[in-house]
Amino acid sequence: MIKYLLGNIDNPNAAEIEEYEKAGGYRALTKALSMEPEDVIGEVRKSGLRGRGGAGFPTGMKWMFAANDPKFPKYVICNADEGEPGTFKDRHILEKNPHVLIEGMAIAVHALKAERGYIYLRGEYPEAEKSLQKAINDAYRKGYLGFPLHIHRGAGAYICGEETALIESLEGKRGQPRLKPPFPVNAGFFGGPTVINNVETLANLPFIMASGADSYLKIGSPECPGNKLFPVSGHVERPGVFELPMGTTLREIIYEHAGGIKNGRALKAVIPGGISAPVLPPDKIDCPMDFVSVQKYGSMLGSGAVMVFAEGTCLVKVAWRALKFFEHESCGKCTPCREGTGWLRSILERIENGQGREGDIELMEDVAGNIAGNTFCPLGDGAASVALNFIRHFRSEFEDHIGTDCRKMAVL
Amino acid sequence: MLSGAELNEIEKELRAYSDRKMGCIGALKIVQRHRGWITDEALRDLAGYLEMTPDELDSVATFYPLVFRRQVGRHVILVCDSVSCYNVGYEELLWHLMKRLAIGLGQTTADGRFTLLPAACLGVCESAPAIMIDADVHGGLEPPEKVDQILNSYE
Ligand SMILES: Cc1cc2nc3c(=O)[nH]c(=O)nc-3n(C[C@H](O)[C@H](O)[C@H](O)COP(=O)(O)O)c2cc1C
Repeated sequence: MIKYLLGNIDNPNAAEIEEYEKAGGYRALTKALSMEPEDVIGEVRKSGLRGRGGAGFPTGMKWMFAANDPKFPKYVICNADEGEPGTFKDRHILEKNPHVLIEGMAIAVHALKAERGYIYLRGEYPEAEKSLQKAINDAYRKGYLGFPLHIHRGAGAYICGEETALIESLEGKRGQPRLKPPFPVNAGFFGGPTVINNVETLANLPFIMASGADSYLKIGSPECPGNKLFPVSGHVERPGVFELPMGTTLREIIYEHAGGIKNGRALKAVIPGGISAPVLPPDKIDCPMDFVSVQKYGSMLGSGAVMVFAEGTCLVKVAWRALKFFEHESCGKCTPCREGTGWLRSILERIENGQGREGDIELMEDVAGNIAGNTFCPLGDGAASVALNFIRHFRSEFEDHIGTDCRKMAVL
Repeated sequence: MLSGAELNEIEKELRAYSDRKMGCIGALKIVQRHRGWITDEALRDLAGYLEMTPDELDSVATFYPLVFRRQVGRHVILVCDSVSCYNVGYEELLWHLMKRLAIGLGQTTADGRFTLLPAACLGVCESAPAIMIDADVHGGLEPPEKVDQILNSYE
């Protein structure tokens, strides 16, 4: 199996530019630079690459929209805000293989005839910043970068991972989402056509350009080609990031790569794509992990972050903590999200505390139903569907919990 | 007044940007690194320097959890409270930290040494439960007593 995202990370010097070059690094960029920008976009379109930031949007199409916009200057922004709880895949690229991202950005900048690039890096990743900054300096020194590339550090707000909030934050404002359309490809950073791609998306480009779209299409599943990074956490024997072809089943990821459930316990539930992805019960783990299949199984691939819960976990509490997160990270711009996430959290909190009331489950369904589809950005939708799906798959646990206090400890 | 050292660093930060305002989060962090937190006075001075109004800069400063508009201790402990950490020992860790430091979340120890704050997800779920002290991540804190040794190295 080919690993092109983190294949070299057993080499302790993998982040060094010389090691990267030795492994064939920056040859894809040289090749791309010898091609017309339109042809690079054509190759990316043909590869079927889909964005790894959560939504799975076809990258070549996004690029084409931006390229077709007559306005200049254009911009390329790398989304390295990685804030989705359970997700730590981009960090591994940034710390251990930063040149694959930088090479990818340089390819994107050439393809889009962009003026400059920014990497929006979350404030909680100081190690990644060091490694990335050194790699950028080295890439300049070796003459690979013919455009300004700058790291912009965030300061702890999850919502800045949403692309329009990210642009606001980059412009020096509160990170609150903008109304779409217009989309960033037409009116993004300071109004210019802007392509925003996730770290892992950009890190796919060197392989695509070096080996060609046809080789890329042979990896993964037909509708979602390529490798995917799966960060696995929770009750497993070997938590970590695994680079596997798109379409690998959840079962294989949990039981083979992550070593199975900790201490031989049974699986109770799994979240397949970061905290915003709806929870799945154990009978769904034959789900192939790609954007299309996970949706058919009633959840979403999201960031690909697999969060595993063993038998014995209180899922009311998990749902409560998830909603606490959404309430805290809601930017406050729109009412359904700002008020609704807090309302859901407070209902879950009283159920968890043994003070649940008759009708609370129906009330949550009503509140979540009024958030879904009515918010400014997908954060609110995510919160609503997380709540609804915990109830949907584990309703009896919520019912049993009303009136009983299962807390082990009295913290918080 | 902003110090010479602060101004130097801020100027360097602004060089990468076409617009002074773009550097405001970075500039706030620079001032914070020097002073621990952003006082009203520092906010006013910095706003003037960035050609922003104090209100405009404060709207940014108060939006971002890693910009402190209240006094914090010499070291800030961010306790990751994501579901991944909760799953494998977050509560025991938080409980232990609160007992040892005799403070709750959002509070500072009497000697001004530590402030304890929650963090949404530190992105190190493979070594949960985790905390971040200043710019250092410490993971795998199970059992929670593992944190004791670590705390000793922050004066
Ligand atoms: C609330 C919210 C948070 C997001 N956080 C991230 C993030 O941390 N990293 C990321 O790459 N995309 C994140 N996204 C998705 C981005 O809006 C955007 O779709 C993505 O960066 C596009 O890149 P891609 O096409 O390469 O996937 C988030 C979206 C939402 C609604």
